[in-house]
Amino acid sequence: MLSLNVNGKAVTVDAEPGTPLLWVLREQVGLTGTKYGCGVAQCGSCSVHIDGQLMRSCVMPVSAVAGKRITTIEGLSADASHPLQKAWVEFDVPQCGYCQSGQIMAAAALLRAKPRPTDKDIDDAMTNICRCGTYQRIRAAIHKAAGTAKGSGNGSVVHLVGETGASATLAANGTDASPASDA
Amino acid sequence: MTTKISKGSAQVGNAGIDTAASLGRRHFIVGSAMAGGGLALGISIAGGAGDAAAQMVDATGAPEINAWVVVRPDDTTVVRVVRSEMGQGTHTGLAQLVCEELECDWSKVTLEAVTAGRNLARKRVWGDMSTGGSRGIRGSQDYVRRGGAAARMMLMQAAADGWQVPVGELTVANGVISHAASSRTVRYGQVATAAAKLTPPDAKSIKLKDPRAWKIAGKPMRRLDTAPKVDGSKVYSIDVRLPGMLNAAVKQCPVFGGRLVSFDQAKVMGMPGVKGVVRVNDTTVAVVADTWWRAKTALDALPIVWDEGPNAKVNSASIAAHLRTGLTSDDAFADTDYGDALKAIAGAPRKLEAVYTTPYLAHATMEPMVCTARITADRGEIWVATQNQESALAALAETSGLPLAQCEVYNHDLGGGFGRRVTVPDFIRQSVLIGRQFPGVPVKMIWSREEDQAHDFYRPVSQCKLSAGLDAKGNLTGLHIRVSGQSINAALNPAAIKDGKDVRQLQGFWKEPGDAQIGYTVPNMRIEYAMRNTHVPPGPWRGVNTTQNGVYLECFMDELAKLAGRDPLEFRRALMGSHPKHLGVLNAVAEKAGWGKPLPKGVFRGIAQFMGYASYSAAVAEVTVNAKRQVKVHRLLLGTDCGHQVNPDQIAAQVEGSVAYGLTAAYFGECTVDKGRIVETNFDRYRIMKLAEMPKVETVIAPTWDFWGGVGEPTICVAAPAVMNAIAAAIGRPVRNLPLKNEGFTFI
Repeated sequence: MLSLNVNGKAVTVDAEPGTPLLWVLREQVGLTGTKYGCGVAQCGSCSVHIDGQLMRSCVMPVSAVAGKRITTIEGLSADASHPLQKAWVEFDVPQCGYCQSGQIMAAAALLRAKPRPTDKDIDDAMTNICRCGTYQRIRAAIHKAAGTAKGSGNGSVVHLVGETGASATLAANGTDASPASDA
Repeated sequence: MTTKISKGSAQVGNAGIDTAASLGRRHFIVGSAMAGGGLALGISIAGGAGDAAAQMVDATGAPEINAWVVVRPDDTTVVRVVRSEMGQGTHTGLAQLVCEELECDWSKVTLEAVTAGRNLARKRVWGDMSTGGSRGIRGSQDYVRRGGAAARMMLMQAAADGWQVPVGELTVANGVISHAASSRTVRYGQVATAAAKLTPPDAKSIKLKDPRAWKIAGKPMRRLDTAPKVDGSKVYSIDVRLPGMLNAAVKQCPVFGGRLVSFDQAKVMGMPGVKGVVRVNDTTVAVVADTWWRAKTALDALPIVWDEGPNAKVNSASIAAHLRTGLTSDDAFADTDYGDALKAIAGAPRKLEAVYTTPYLAHATMEPMVCTARITADRGEIWVATQNQESALAALAETSGLPLAQCEVYNHDLGGGFGRRVTVPDFIRQSVLIGRQFPGVPVKMIWSREEDQAHDFYRPVSQCKLSAGLDAKGNLTGLHIRVSGQSINAALNPAAIKDGKDVRQLQGFWKEPGDAQIGYTVPNMRIEYAMRNTHVPPGPWRGVNTTQNGVYLECFMDELAKLAGRDPLEFRRALMGSHPKHLGVLNAVAEKAGWGKPLPKGVFRGIAQFMGYASYSAAVAEVTVNAKRQVKVHRLLLGTDCGHQVNPDQIAAQVEGSVAYGLTAAYFGECTVDKGRIVETNFDRYRIMKLAEMPKVETVIAPTWDFWGGVGEPTICVAAPAVMNAIAAAIGRPVRNLPLKNEGFTFI
């Protein structure tokens, strides 16, 4: 039996010492927000924080994290109130959503290290895979949460072209208005 | 309703479901079997088009107004959805269409999923449940809008009846019905119970709104399903937990067509948590344990003997050689053949010939294949994520041996679909076979990433030889396209191949308008397909055959424009006079891109247009390539004319997604074959585009409001050729083989 500290709570689990933390969280602790994607630390769907540091839990033996503070997506905030979670909802970032727990945990680690990240910081830190291709909105949502957004948009740039060839801007839902040529 | 199960029916797979329309819904076949295998389930239905009378109450006891709409006393409006949600936004879009006609309060809308079992029990009142081919909205829009309109009419009639006034004197907005003459109002929730008892209006009396007047549909409404995706609370099929549940890890013969000979279960039965080792079928073994990790650990330790068979000699080089024979063979059929293309090219003063190649691609959904089955003597249930719930139900019934009426599918929103979970329910059958060996015990089978990569139904491998002739002025006078490659239909739907002619592999080159028509008219044109099948199973992959055919034609058009000394846009325009919609979206994108305007030094543009899924797409890329062959896409505009726009914000999300999916393929994507098996079995070898590599995408939406086109797939076919054409402009020569990484390019 191993004792763990998950999201501020002490839990005891029955797992072999080499079992990846990911599967202990999912199958023994019952926290399924952390996802399996590859099992070889390539995709980041399993991202959690260990003593505040970003880790890919699919290759982390559970014995190595006994006594450390483990934070999963379920423990990032009590009520989805973390600025990143709010920005993710406001900008409709997720598509299928499967990778988004890991994306948000990676972004949270980035903001802890660099509260006002540049695009380059985001490029370097956000290496999780998303097959739906939500990257443009992830970038915008990180800037929104950090207060470093240049505009009010959700990262998507949309040109609406009418039948006459006239263009309109798309303002609702915070979608970026088109560049000046559409105004 | 009568249900009969007939063994050995010829109806198979999707073809069976397609048959429903031609039989006027009086009889249809739900089938999940691949060609020649298993049995199909014939379901005779006495009543015809659905049983609207068999009303259901929802969880709160509120009765339904009709199959699509439930209004609760507190005005909460429940919209039923039957298509699968895999991130593409279809659920929200369908709800917008229902609510537009219903005139309800959008802020009070919630969604309710319908199961395949319920649909069957109500004589398919909700229609076809499959979700593929970018048909989720365009294939449902008419009847869901009618459902919303009919519910509105019934609610208003109920109010009119209560007030004893003519219904024509009433108005409605945001779910509040008003009678101006008497200054009375009533909320939908107050008349819903009375409305549910009324006879539905005659279909002919339902008038749908002009889409140009939409207030809820057509607008960038927020998705209805986002909140549980940001806090870990959403339950995907991989997250299912049931009392007493066991977990299964599976291994299939790594060589397609090989067989499971034996395994030594004694070696692993004593390992922690192991409950059993199961021969699943002729190719698959499973370990069942209390947790999946323990099952997988034991499976990795299990000695297994495979008979890999003759396919173990096949590799990518032998497949490529096989396909090359199809570029010049005389067994091809011509789908388009007018004028005399071969003669025109032979006699042309300037000629060009090029051979392009594209590889196998895996879908690589982020959530791998997962299915939980609980099978008892008289009940079969699965918890799964599928794009085709009725096919899944049929697979469950076939594989369990239980009647359809005793089976149920609990579908979950998918962790990615992309076509992987629409055709063959291979993993569902495995799960049910495992479940049968643990009666009454739910068993969750999860494929490892390695299994998922190695046992996909891949985007088919193909090669394309394009030949063309230009006259002295540089006008294209003859075009000859020969595609050689694997056929999806030959593997999955042979009934769709008529007289040996599989037109599906020529998607995007078709002469018929409306779905995937070629956008050019040339004086002489011949387009042919030579089928070259292999042992690797092919399947539909987001965008299907438009993804490689778009590359072939659109990159070759740029080669021709260069040979003709013409601007690539002008060269295309000259051939598109008979294709105004193709041209319309191309012009819209070119204008927004500022085509022809000066660019900073070292930046080059590329352009492309193509058609698929009834929508017209075009793209312009701005790219630099430095001396180290590092490619940077600075800006990528993608345009669509999808006819009607239901949610422009979600169209933009899908367009961005098609860029990530399409450029991942163009940059890195290939599944190679060695010793008969797939080499790229995880993301370390099967590279996926990351955030830093994602171009800044601009979406151009140019709807013409006179047809219904798809959104999820169409734009993917122009992303890669636009970027490839910009790279060719930058380096001064075309790139004809994908992926680009194999040509020494990297991406920044």
